[in-house]
Amino acid sequence: MTDTARRKGDRLLEIRGLRIEARNAAGDWGEIVHGVDLDLNRGEVLGLIGESGAGKSTIGLAAMGYAREGCRIAGGSIMFDGIDLATASEAEKRGLRGARIAYVAQSAAAAFDPAHRLIDQYAEAPVRHGVKSRAEAHEEAKALYRRMQLPDPDRIGFRYPHQVSGGQLQRAMTAMAMACRPDLIIFDEPTTALDVTTQIEVLAAIKDVVRQYRTAAIYITHDLAVVAQMADRIKVLQYGREVEEAPADEMMAAPREDYTRSLWAVRHMEKPEAPAPALDPVLSVRKVSAAYGRGMTVLDDVSVDLHRGRTVAVVGESGSGKSTLARVIAGLLPPVSGDVLIDGGPLSPTLAGRSREDRQRIQMIYQMADTALNPRQKVRDIIGRPMRFYLGLDRAEVARRVAEMLDMIELPKAFADRYPGELSGGQKQRIGIARALAAEPEVVICDEVTSALDQLVAEGILKLLMRLQREMRLSYFFITHELATVKAIADDVVVMRHGRVVDRGTRAEVLFPPRKDYTKVLLSSVPEMNTGWLDGLLAARL
Amino acid sequence: MSAAEDGKAGAETRRAFRMPPILVMVARRLAIGVVTLFVVSLIIFFGVELLPGDFAAAVLGQSGTPETVAALRSRLGLDVPAHIRYLNWLGGLLQGDLGYSLSGEIRIADILGTRLFNTMFLAGYAAVIAVPLAVGLGIVAALYRNSILDRVISTATLGAISFPEFFVSYVLVLVFAIELGWFPSLSQVSAGMGFGERLYVLFLPAITLTMCTTAHMMRMTRAAIINLLSTPYIEMVRLKGITPWRVVVQHALPNALAPIINVIAVNIAYLIVGVVLVEVVFVYPGLGQLLVDSVSKRDLPVVQVASMIFAAAYILLNLLADVLSIVSNPRLLHPR
Repeated sequence: MTDTARRKGDRLLEIRGLRIEARNAAGDWGEIVHGVDLDLNRGEVLGLIGESGAGKSTIGLAAMGYAREGCRIAGGSIMFDGIDLATASEAEKRGLRGARIAYVAQSAAAAFDPAHRLIDQYAEAPVRHGVKSRAEAHEEAKALYRRMQLPDPDRIGFRYPHQVSGGQLQRAMTAMAMACRPDLIIFDEPTTALDVTTQIEVLAAIKDVVRQYRTAAIYITHDLAVVAQMADRIKVLQYGREVEEAPADEMMAAPREDYTRSLWAVRHMEKPEAPAPALDPVLSVRKVSAAYGRGMTVLDDVSVDLHRGRTVAVVGESGSGKSTLARVIAGLLPPVSGDVLIDGGPLSPTLAGRSREDRQRIQMIYQMADTALNPRQKVRDIIGRPMRFYLGLDRAEVARRVAEMLDMIELPKAFADRYPGELSGGQKQRIGIARALAAEPEVVICDEVTSALDQLVAEGILKLLMRLQREMRLSYFFITHELATVKAIADDVVVMRHGRVVDRGTRAEVLFPPRKDYTKVLLSSVPEMNTGWLDGLLAARL
Repeated sequence: MSAAEDGKAGAETRRAFRMPPILVMVARRLAIGVVTLFVVSLIIFFGVELLPGDFAAAVLGQSGTPETVAALRSRLGLDVPAHIRYLNWLGGLLQGDLGYSLSGEIRIADILGTRLFNTMFLAGYAAVIAVPLAVGLGIVAALYRNSILDRVISTATLGAISFPEFFVSYVLVLVFAIELGWFPSLSQVSAGMGFGERLYVLFLPAITLTMCTTAHMMRMTRAAIINLLSTPYIEMVRLKGITPWRVVVQHALPNALAPIINVIAVNIAYLIVGVVLVEVVFVYPGLGQLLVDSVSKRDLPVVQVASMIFAAAYILLNLLADVLSIVSNPRLLHPR
């Protein structure tokens, strides 16, 4: 048998000319996926990569013959093992879903039904599809939980979703997808919501079971370094069209298209070294401890200095206390002990105790620009409010300054009359920045400001923040869990874990090379842009 | 044993001796309920005092001279100042003594017993029909939302609730009692009546009440379920190839229980306290009718006790709804 002939016989999924339409607010149908072809052989992993809006999730779901509410498959064929899912009946598709094609969602916490135990949700598909009895499914679930290195595999299944951590849930969901031993699994950004250290465990577990059962997979992500670990082939998408497709090694070594190259540009951003100044810090956190409620200590004796015109990056996993530290500085959570000093003078621990001038000096930019902007206010009011409140500017002056601010954040002046709902995610975050800067602060707290954004958009935001820092001598207190971002923007770095400071110093001192074990683990957990990184790392850690 | 282990063991012991959170919540709510009842008793007693007219004058009517009225008042203890009578009444209530009715001077407990049973029986009868019907229709409407079936269900239930309940009663009486003769038009019950016979006699009032309460519960069931159908976990279940019926009943409904339970509780409370008109139409000796009669006769002790029972029913049903909402939510029942 020739090589091509065997390939043909192994073909599991063949999508031709797939077109998907979505209905807009006015009720008209518009095309969002414009004729995409996709081939997948048995046991093969295809990476789908692109920014949000590229149509990757939509295509992934279409591979199950499924379109979300407000979307429809408008044309093309989706041949899964001889069945055209584009035209198959609902009952026929239902017979395949969960049994031969399974789905792993982005947020396991949202995708598990909160009303049922994990193991019952595991058993649901096999029992309903008549593949296994409930008892058999339970036994298998335990075995699979063990293989995926979940803690206490015999009993973890009997917990409810809210009783299990995010990384564990994501593994439990992968196990659930394997329940009927499907031919194909769609992984839809399964590690995007996780910390780097947790991400590794999940990636390793996914890779292990997919290999073990020779399951074919479509792995959807916006992170090239992640897809490089998982996929045999990579397909890059933009605006519902294919940009290019190549075997993973080739794609990583020599992407042909400019767009593909631009996708990892942010990883190459690096702030020039600046020597640590001898001056007194503009903001100083001294031996702060904080707790929520009674007894739950979240911060334990934390000290951080921020110098004028510099950026201190606070890194750590979720639960390390970095956001709590921001709340203490902002006056939202009075600490149990310790002080916050600005320009050497003490700040009141509570917001109510701070003068208007004190509040003006510290402004905040939030992670979710979506929820941090009042949807009923126009951009001009959102940006103009701090000018009136803190600076007491009159109407004409505010209008002039708002136009200036928009210019500064690289948005057209006409945006002043828009509502947040009319802006993209990156534009909203720029408005969030403008609002913080409108108060003319000295210190800006940036709480994971790029985590919710695509890489290209995030890069734009980081570049903007760096430019504004140079022009206005701003000091940034920058909270993030992404080490690529730290490299891009930080002068000084504080590493936190379990509410304590693990290490602090200039970026070079703390990270290059890492001097603390925990920092090493964090750094080594960041996926690198070569296909053998995960295997190499796991081998090294064993 | 190290200090850390010691602390842990201490915490374990404390946990073992602590009441489960749900019992703490029930106890706290019951205590608040008692306080509420006390406030209600004040409002009822002094509110009733403010009513114009007087039992003695009402009984004696035209024939009463000022002397005879005064004599009757003093015999019934109505000449004692109001706050003293309130304290006496409250004291009696706390000892389980409901006092005497002014008319006929019989023990209120004796009248109330059968009346309360009758009211509860009818309310239970109607609830047993209405609740499953409403929840079932709500599920079907959610499953086939925006279809003809959904619209028929919505129109029919909303239509039924739009008519006043006495009107519905009379229409039912006209059709089923007078034209077809299947059911009696009066719901007269006696002490020795069998269970089946009671059900038969009470069929028309129970159906009337069902028609008056279904729409509310049905709409809430439908809305609560539809609200959840766009959540990621419902999409996940669909992508596991589970049938739409199971998706709704096994996955959407359990997560939608809290609002549904609350609306059901409000409706059952209505079935207990709000059915005077239906009782009057069917001449059914329930609590509501007793209350109305007593008000018109100025038989204040009966009014007071009946009102207290209604208030207690509301408080207990609301408590029950809250407890069931917690029990139906694993996040509250099984904390991390």
